[in-house]
Amino acid sequence: MIEIQNVRKSFGQLEVLKGIDLNVEKGEVVTVIGGSGSGKSTLLTCINGLEPIVSGKILVDGTEVHAKSTDLNKLRQKIGIVFQQFNAFPHLTVMENVTLAPRKVLGMGKAEAEAIAEKHLNHVGLGDKLGTYPTRLSGGQQQRMAIARALAMSPDYMLFDEVTSALDPQLVGEVLETLKMLAEEGMTMILVTHEMSFARDVSDRVAFFHKGIMAEIGTPAELFENPQHPETQSFLASVR
Amino acid sequence: MFDTALSANDLVFLAKGAGITIVVTAISVVIGTILGIIFGVIRVQLGAVLSAPLTLFLDIFRSVPLLIQLVLANAFVGMVLQLQLSGFFVACMVLSLYTSAYCAEIVRGGIDAVPTVTRRAARSLGMSWGQDMRYIVMPLATRVALPSWIGLALGVMKDSALVYVVQVTELLKSTQILITRLQEPLFLLLICGAFYFIISFPLARFGGYLEKRWSND
Repeated sequence: MIEIQNVRKSFGQLEVLKGIDLNVEKGEVVTVIGGSGSGKSTLLTCINGLEPIVSGKILVDGTEVHAKSTDLNKLRQKIGIVFQQFNAFPHLTVMENVTLAPRKVLGMGKAEAEAIAEKHLNHVGLGDKLGTYPTRLSGGQQQRMAIARALAMSPDYMLFDEVTSALDPQLVGEVLETLKMLAEEGMTMILVTHEMSFARDVSDRVAFFHKGIMAEIGTPAELFENPQHPETQSFLASVR
Repeated sequence: MFDTALSANDLVFLAKGAGITIVVTAISVVIGTILGIIFGVIRVQLGAVLSAPLTLFLDIFRSVPLLIQLVLANAFVGMVLQLQLSGFFVACMVLSLYTSAYCAEIVRGGIDAVPTVTRRAARSLGMSWGQDMRYIVMPLATRVALPSWIGLALGVMKDSALVYVVQVTELLKSTQILITRLQEPLFLLLICGAFYFIISFPLARFGGYLEKRWSND
C-alpha cells in the first residue's frame, strides 16, 4: 500500500505540491489527470524518492520513503517507474537493457535474468527484438521496452508518468494496450495521463490535480460524469 | 643526387628517442587519464562552487605553457624539495598533470552529455550511484569523449617533445643531436616526422575503429 500524507514539495520558490493526501491500495489502479504544472508528475518522482519533499510523508508498505534510514535502492526495487521521455540505455541491446538491473542489483545469473527478460519482452510484444539496439526501435517500442525493464525487477507497484505523451499518435494505442493488460492482471498502478478515455477504462479511481492540490478524486463514473469541483468541470470541458 | 651520412647506428639512436617518446607519452596518458576521470567525476559531483579550488588548480596546468611548467617543476623539485629526481620522472609527473587537466574537462563534458532521464531510469531500477556510473554513465560518456580523448593523447605525444628541457632525450632531441652532427636538417626532420606519424597512426586508427563500431549500436 502507498500512503501519501500531506506531502509538500517545492522547486525553489515554486510550491508544486501543496499538501497531497492519497492512499493507493494493493491491486488498485489510480490515474492522475490535470493540466500541466499541476504537480502530478512530480508526485510520482517523489513516491520512489527520486525527488526530496519539503514536508509530509510517503509510506510504501509502511516504509517511509524520505526517511534517512531508508535504503532507497532497495525500496526502488519494488516500485517500477516509466517516464515520459524515452530512457533506454542506448549502448545496450533490448535484452541487456532488461537484464542489467536484475543481474547487477538482484545478483541474478545471466540465464535466469534472460529467461525473465524474455518472458516480459514477449508479454509487451517485443519478443522478436531481443538483440536490437534501442535506437532502432520506434517510440512505442522503446516505451514498451521500458515497461518490460521495470517489470523484470518484479515490482509490487508501477508508476507511469505520461508514458504516451512523447509518442506519435499512431503509436499511442500499442502502449495503452500494454498498460491495460497490466491493469487487468492486477498490478498496482499509479498513472499520470492525458488519455481521458483510457483513464476512464482502466482506473479504479481517478484523481484530478490542479495547481498542486488534489481537487477531486473518485471513481471514473463519478469524476467524469458528475465532477464536483469547478476546475474539474472546466478541465474536462476543455479536453473533450 | 641523394647522398646522406646517416648510418644504421644513427637510425637506432633515433628509434631509441622514439622509444622514450612512446614511454613518456604512455605513462603520462595513462596516469593523466586516471587522474582526469577522478577529477572530472569530482567536478560533476561537487558542482561548480564546491569544486572551484580543483578547477583553479587544473586551469593553471591548462593555461601555463608546458615548457614553463617543466622548467619550474624541475627547479622546484631540485632546489625547494632538495630531491634528486631524474628528468624522466619530472617529465612524466608534469605531463601527467597536464594531461589530467585536459582530461578532466573531457570527462566532465562526457558525463554531462548523459541525459538526466537515462540516469533516473537507472536509479529507479534500484541501481546505486556506483552502478549507475559504471554501467550507464561511463560507457555512454566514453562514446562522447573518445574523439576528444584521442586528440588529447596525440597532442600529449607531440607536446612530449618539450621534455628535452629537463634533460630527457626523446625523439625530437635525438633528431637535433643528429642534425648538429650531420648537418642534414631537412632530411633528418623528415625522418623524425615519419617516426611521429608511425607512433600516432595506430592510435588515430584505433579511435576511428571504436567510433565506427559504437555508431552501429
